[in-house]
Amino acid sequence: MLLSDLSIEKIKSGLKIFGLGYKAGPFNISVTSNIPAVTEHIRYFYSHYNCNSEAVFVDFHVEVNSVGGYRRWYKPQVTFVFDGYEPFVPLPINQAPAMFEWGLNWAIANTAHQYLIIHSAIIEKDGYGLIMPGTPGSGKSTLCAALVNRGWRLLSDEMALLSLADGLIYPAPRPVSLKNKSIDVIGQFAPELSIGPHAYGTDKGTVAHVVPPWSSIERQHELAPPISRIVFPKYKAGSQSSLVQLKETDTIMQLIEGTFNYNALGEKGFLAITDVVSNSKCQKFTYSSLDDAITVFEDFTN
Amino acid sequence: MLNKNIFLEIYYNPEIVKELVDSEWDVLIRQSRKAQVLATLFYLLEGNGLIQYVPEKPLNHLLSSKIVADKHFKDTSWEINRIQNALSGLSIPVVFLKGAAYIVAEAPNSKGRLFHDVDILVPRHKLQEVEQSLIDHGWYSTHLSKYDQKYYRQWMHELPPMKHMRRNTLLDVHHHIVPLTSQAVPDIDKLSNAIVEHPPQSLHTLSPPDMVLHSIVHLFHDGEFDHSLRDLIDIDILIRHFNDKGDLPKRITKRARELKLERPVFYAFRYLKRILRVKYLNQIDNKKIKRPNVVLLSCMDFLFIRAITAHHASCEKTFSSFSRWCLYIRAHYLRMPIQLLIPHLIRKAIMDDEN
Repeated sequence: MLLSDLSIEKIKSGLKIFGLGYKAGPFNISVTSNIPAVTEHIRYFYSHYNCNSEAVFVDFHVEVNSVGGYRRWYKPQVTFVFDGYEPFVPLPINQAPAMFEWGLNWAIANTAHQYLIIHSAIIEKDGYGLIMPGTPGSGKSTLCAALVNRGWRLLSDEMALLSLADGLIYPAPRPVSLKNKSIDVIGQFAPELSIGPHAYGTDKGTVAHVVPPWSSIERQHELAPPISRIVFPKYKAGSQSSLVQLKETDTIMQLIEGTFNYNALGEKGFLAITDVVSNSKCQKFTYSSLDDAITVFEDFTN
Repeated sequence: MLNKNIFLEIYYNPEIVKELVDSEWDVLIRQSRKAQVLATLFYLLEGNGLIQYVPEKPLNHLLSSKIVADKHFKDTSWEINRIQNALSGLSIPVVFLKGAAYIVAEAPNSKGRLFHDVDILVPRHKLQEVEQSLIDHGWYSTHLSKYDQKYYRQWMHELPPMKHMRRNTLLDVHHHIVPLTSQAVPDIDKLSNAIVEHPPQSLHTLSPPDMVLHSIVHLFHDGEFDHSLRDLIDIDILIRHFNDKGDLPKRITKRARELKLERPVFYAFRYLKRILRVKYLNQIDNKKIKRPNVVLLSCMDFLFIRAITAHHASCEKTFSSFSRWCLYIRAHYLRMPIQLLIPHLIRKAIMDDEN
């Protein structure tokens, strides 16, 4: 059963009381929230996700609730709670849906150490998997949103989950997070895409999420191919698309830097990263035109 | 079995994990995470050969927490090595306390535990040299405001917390185990004269009964109940670890009398029996230990039984957070005479000494 099969009353009472349960990739999630914007966010972005069955084990029980006391009336705030912990300071209430997404990322990155969790977009086409590790401003999510609009399957826009037990990639597609100028860039590039409401004034500027392609969500429980290429995107205004080969050692150092749970995993993490790098082409990709970028990426699969 | 403390049920009888259903695992993992005993649960089940009965999903959470706890163990062991190295020129025994001591003494509760800082005990007359030596090796003092510095140096039993400039690790340098302003201050020389050396690196800890006593004083006098269940479990595992001759509880009570710490030991033994249902205290006659009067004791029962739990919504009792608040106030009252405490709390409430 999909979340869209539930009545609005059922969704509301789920969010308010028991927790609304759904599956995102390998994880069972349960959300509780008293904020109407979060209800809207869930209905807008997650309607094609499967509901959790009754009495199932839930990996992440998260709460996104408004802060009580005088904050009810004066500059209302939202707080994120995971198993009784509040890892963040409260944020202005207009950032509630974004805080839900960030908080869930935090919970996964800090407790799912059965995976090597690389901070990157991860996509796949015709059995060819690639990751785009992200540094802020590199245009990783913009490029990712464009590519999944042109036939690539979204595995995740934020974290690549590489299982340390079986070496396989586990997809966990969630809304693609766009920031500042890239919201309009994607809006113009693909007007048919559904972009949610803007959250202004966050730590990262203005943030909006894009609904992932339906097919990526439908296939989220299907295993993904191994990583064949590691592409570090770099948006540079007015540049020609160009691919530059990177040294394996430099790539390893950059991935270590960009792995959420490297510190916890230590040697296991190092071995997993070197393994991925030795089986992949490692490149830096400079671009300015999304159409050109898509042509370049098309060649990877041929 | 929902709506109660499943973690404790398993602590009493690990075998029941064989019968847990998914929704019970769900509650168990959340309670254990909140109480900071998730990796302790892993080691408990592993030690009893029961890991094979854990379904895949909860097992992922247990294994993940084990990875984090093992990393804490490794980092803290290295920190112990660095501290010992930094102070090796002073020819004084550096006594490791609390979590670090559990590692040095190879007590089983050091596995699966999270460590937030390292605590050491050094002679008071050597404090200046110790501090200078640590500064020379990359540590620096935090809490730099004049008031905080004076508060720690004049009234407390420790220097202001120190931090290492590269590793960002925290170190508390103690010259006593309780604040000097406390109502009961044991004779520190008695503790120092009984310390134990652990080869091969000549690391020092308190003697086993004193180590347990220190953990007891920490839990029942300090007012921090964020991980009170874990702290009580620490005490239980320590006693069992050092109790190979079966006389440790008796030695603890004897020592408590010498050090005038009978009251916290009375509470510790009472709640080890009531909350963790330990058996080894059955021969101990708690009536021989100086006990509070009936009215006070029923108040304390009310507060401690509520405060020492997993603090997760699924097992919180009515008044749990109120109880923790009362015990926090009590701890401050025990630490400082009222004529010092009131001005201190007022100053802390209105001044931001950090900036």
